[in-house]
Amino acid sequence: MVNGKGMFALLRALDRKLVRDLWGMRMQALAIAFVIAGGVAVHLLAAGMLTSLEETRRAYYDRYLFADVWAPVVRAPNALIAGVRAIDGVQAAESRIRFPALLDMPDMAEPASGEIISLPESGEGAVNRLHLTQGRMPRPDHRDEAVVLQGFADAHGLAPGDSLAVTVYGGRLRLHVVGIALSPEHVYAIAPGQMVPDARLYGVIWMNRRALAQATNRDGAFNEVVVRLSRGANEAAVIAGLDRLLAPYGAPGAYGRRDQLSDSFVASEMDQLRTMGMVIPPIFLLVAAFLVNIVITRIIAVQRAGIGLMKAFGYSDGEVTRHYLKLVAAIGALGLAIGGGLGMWLGRVMAELYMEYFTFPFLVFRADAMDYVAVCAVSGAAVLGGAALAARRAAALNPAQAMTLPPPPDYSRAAGMGITRLRALDQQTRMILRQIIRWPARAGLTMAGIAASVALLIGTLFMMDSIKVLIGDFFGVANRHDVAVTFVEPRPRSAYHSIARLPGVMAAEPFRAAPARLRHGHLEERAAIIGVPADAELSRLIDAAGRAVTPPPGGLVLSDDLAAKLNIRAGDTIQIEITEGRRPALMVPVAAVAPTHVGSGAQMRIEDLNRLLREGPVVSGVNLRVDRDAVDALYARLTAAPGVAGVSLQALAADTLAGMMDENLGAALGIYSLFGALIALGVVYNSIRISYAERQRELASLRVLGFSRGAVSYILLGEVAFLTLLALPLGMAGGTGLAWYMAGAMSSDMFRLPFVIEPSTYGFACAVVLAVTVGSSLLVRRQLDRLDMVSALKTGE
Amino acid sequence: MPEARTKRAATARAGKADGICFSTRGLTKVYGHGTGAVHALRGVDIELPDGELIVVLGASGSGKSTFLNIIGGLDRATGGEVVFRGRDIGAAGQRELTEFRRRHVGFVFQFYNLMPSLTAWENVALVTEIAENPLKPEDALAMVGLEQRLGHFPGQLSGGEQQRVAIARAVAKQPSVLLCDEPTGALDSPTGVRVLEALKTVNDDLKSTTLIITHNQSVAAMADRVVIFADGRVREVRKNTAKTHPKDISW
Repeated sequence: MVNGKGMFALLRALDRKLVRDLWGMRMQALAIAFVIAGGVAVHLLAAGMLTSLEETRRAYYDRYLFADVWAPVVRAPNALIAGVRAIDGVQAAESRIRFPALLDMPDMAEPASGEIISLPESGEGAVNRLHLTQGRMPRPDHRDEAVVLQGFADAHGLAPGDSLAVTVYGGRLRLHVVGIALSPEHVYAIAPGQMVPDARLYGVIWMNRRALAQATNRDGAFNEVVVRLSRGANEAAVIAGLDRLLAPYGAPGAYGRRDQLSDSFVASEMDQLRTMGMVIPPIFLLVAAFLVNIVITRIIAVQRAGIGLMKAFGYSDGEVTRHYLKLVAAIGALGLAIGGGLGMWLGRVMAELYMEYFTFPFLVFRADAMDYVAVCAVSGAAVLGGAALAARRAAALNPAQAMTLPPPPDYSRAAGMGITRLRALDQQTRMILRQIIRWPARAGLTMAGIAASVALLIGTLFMMDSIKVLIGDFFGVANRHDVAVTFVEPRPRSAYHSIARLPGVMAAEPFRAAPARLRHGHLEERAAIIGVPADAELSRLIDAAGRAVTPPPGGLVLSDDLAAKLNIRAGDTIQIEITEGRRPALMVPVAAVAPTHVGSGAQMRIEDLNRLLREGPVVSGVNLRVDRDAVDALYARLTAAPGVAGVSLQALAADTLAGMMDENLGAALGIYSLFGALIALGVVYNSIRISYAERQRELASLRVLGFSRGAVSYILLGEVAFLTLLALPLGMAGGTGLAWYMAGAMSSDMFRLPFVIEPSTYGFACAVVLAVTVGSSLLVRRQLDRLDMVSALKTGE
Repeated sequence: MPEARTKRAATARAGKADGICFSTRGLTKVYGHGTGAVHALRGVDIELPDGELIVVLGASGSGKSTFLNIIGGLDRATGGEVVFRGRDIGAAGQRELTEFRRRHVGFVFQFYNLMPSLTAWENVALVTEIAENPLKPEDALAMVGLEQRLGHFPGQLSGGEQQRVAIARAVAKQPSVLLCDEPTGALDSPTGVRVLEALKTVNDDLKSTTLIITHNQSVAAMADRVVIFADGRVREVRKNTAKTHPKDISW
């Protein structure tokens, strides 16, 4: 036994060897560390970003007392609020007045619409508080003071001191802006019935309650109650209680956050981010772990002479194993450090990016320690597990055997060698093929690694293709109108004709929209039933083949997501309870189910809907196609027309949606792609580098025999090139599968990602991996050029 | 087949100018620099005639391997001149050296350095495919007595057999020079003798100038000429007048 002091000295020498070995293989070590870092960083970034965003949303909602339930009515006396507060499970409730409004913005020709909401008469209220970013709240006795939603104010350069003209309930108000605010109710400021928020075209204004009551003929009354639930309260029970209480006042039915426009958008986006964060990073981490395991096994396998030497000096198997574990642990630690730092930093950057995107007033950054522990454990196990196996195998050799050259491996018994005997092959190509056939597992793993990189790239980048198709279908095929005009309340068909006749209108189609509850068995969903003309051209539901699905007389066409939620098929009968007017309950046959990418829909013929509602030929609004050259004059006429509640501009929405998607998904996809490429680099560079280490003698022999550098490179790099070419189709197949899974997993109430992969996406993914292969090959080629023939041949190692 | 072999041997002999294969003058080789510099060759002057079988002896570090590597075009001299049949290869670039090795030099090493993924026949074919006037791989293997083992992989051959494949591979291109660095170093005596017999056959049939580096004094008995290295210089060159057949050598 070595005494304590001697042991220390020996360990010091061993540690010096460790440091030098690491330095000697620094490029390889770095490449492995990057693979680990890629897996770790992507995981931590997704985890950190998601926890932070969810925490931020929760904190925002809590701090600003975001409502749990909304209960609109037509008109109810103020005294009724006491009854609402008495409902079991209601922690706080506020009544208010809320109306759609047209906002007259002199800085643009397009009409801006929005809503106007009353502020509590005293104090900040117990539900839905505002977060002032500029100015102050209106004073109770100042009837014309208003607060404007920040997004809209920013888009128009509005600041405290400016004034604003608003058309509400057919009357015109002139308001003075005193404050700019954010609201938890309007994280997404979006017009009802629209799919895309546009801060320029849609604004929210808060003002004095009495003034608004007077303007909207709601003196002493309200038209909406907002409720916060007590902890543990049953939302459905409270909604039922509210509906019972408010039914006599024309209530279409209370709804929870799930149906609140802004929050359902936020929730849907977070769901997408969560899916992406739950699907992609584990794949990265697994691929990284798997690669690291292989690479380390091979690195240690080529160290067998060194291991024999250490054992010859008297080191025990355990000490030898520990020495190599330390080497590997150092690489692993480097990977974890790079990945951990990068992941945390990127998580924060991404969270901040989304915070701005969602217009949260603050960010609660939280990185869950458990995520770090889990990621470290998985990476550590992969790295050290691979190393321990390899080091144990190497340490088990007796020293004499380990120090001599290993006998040449036997190529005669590998299956499939037959094809390599083909006369047509030259010897170099034969060597490449035999190397692959003799070690199919090794070749398979290299291929799997390269294929996984390709698949990851395709599985993330396809989303851009998918979204393009989604937007194209939604705006180009299903909703081909430029402008949708909605009336304050249903109006006779003549209102449609008078709008259709306006100059600049090229085509017009009336529609009737009625809020409803759809029931099938015990399942219930809220939706608007839209009545359209039989030959609707401007707004229609589209089937999988891209054809319009026209509702047959008396029948209803449902979007597939609604049909799925209600577990209903074409041919079944659905129960519809209209929640406005006389509230008829109807049984209607479902004529067809149409797959839609964006939003939900329930369409029938307008005359059928009018008949079911027992009303004359009335319309809720008009879809228009307009002449782009005459559009400004048309907008002016529309905003001045009587009874127009809102004008939404579909044409602009397409661009906004595309931009929004780019902004939202683009950053995340960019980062995932970058890490995908990084993993490819790690796999390919290490494969070549290790092959080089393993075959140095062979390559040197070839140089001695008179083969040029190019010919020798062919043998080394040809193998990886060949495997890469084989891996590309595999990766494309895997990427297709991953994309299919992601398309399903990422779909939400708002969007259903179509499973579409453009050829250019396949091309791009393959090009990235090929570029990585070429780059790695050039790096190793440089070493091959410096190959020292003499020492490679003379020594055993 | 013997006629064919003689004909090719005649072609290989053509082009000799003055009967000298290699001549060196003031050949030096220094590894490293400054205080750590190692002088492997300290001025070697020697002439090696064509077609001879030359055994190079010397202790470890005497410079014999360095000498072999330089005249074989594997390494460059630090100073002095190396002339191969009237051409100065000391000044040649990487590309020319590759060409020189490909056309003129056959190497045999202590550890065989066969391609494990190629059979005996294919290992030889590896060289004949890039040579100008090669033997058929099966003929080269027949010269070293391996005509029955053409389809075997190195992993299926004994050490002696692997070394004989390496010799067949080296001679298949009918090189002007055959350089062997400790060819019997890893072999036992009877196997080593078979390898030496193969080298002698090649030297007799092809008339390639053959250099055998060895620690083994007894091998000198089969040489036309014995060169002894010591301390980076040639200490002695001796002509062997009483050549012994390898089968009478043992150690």
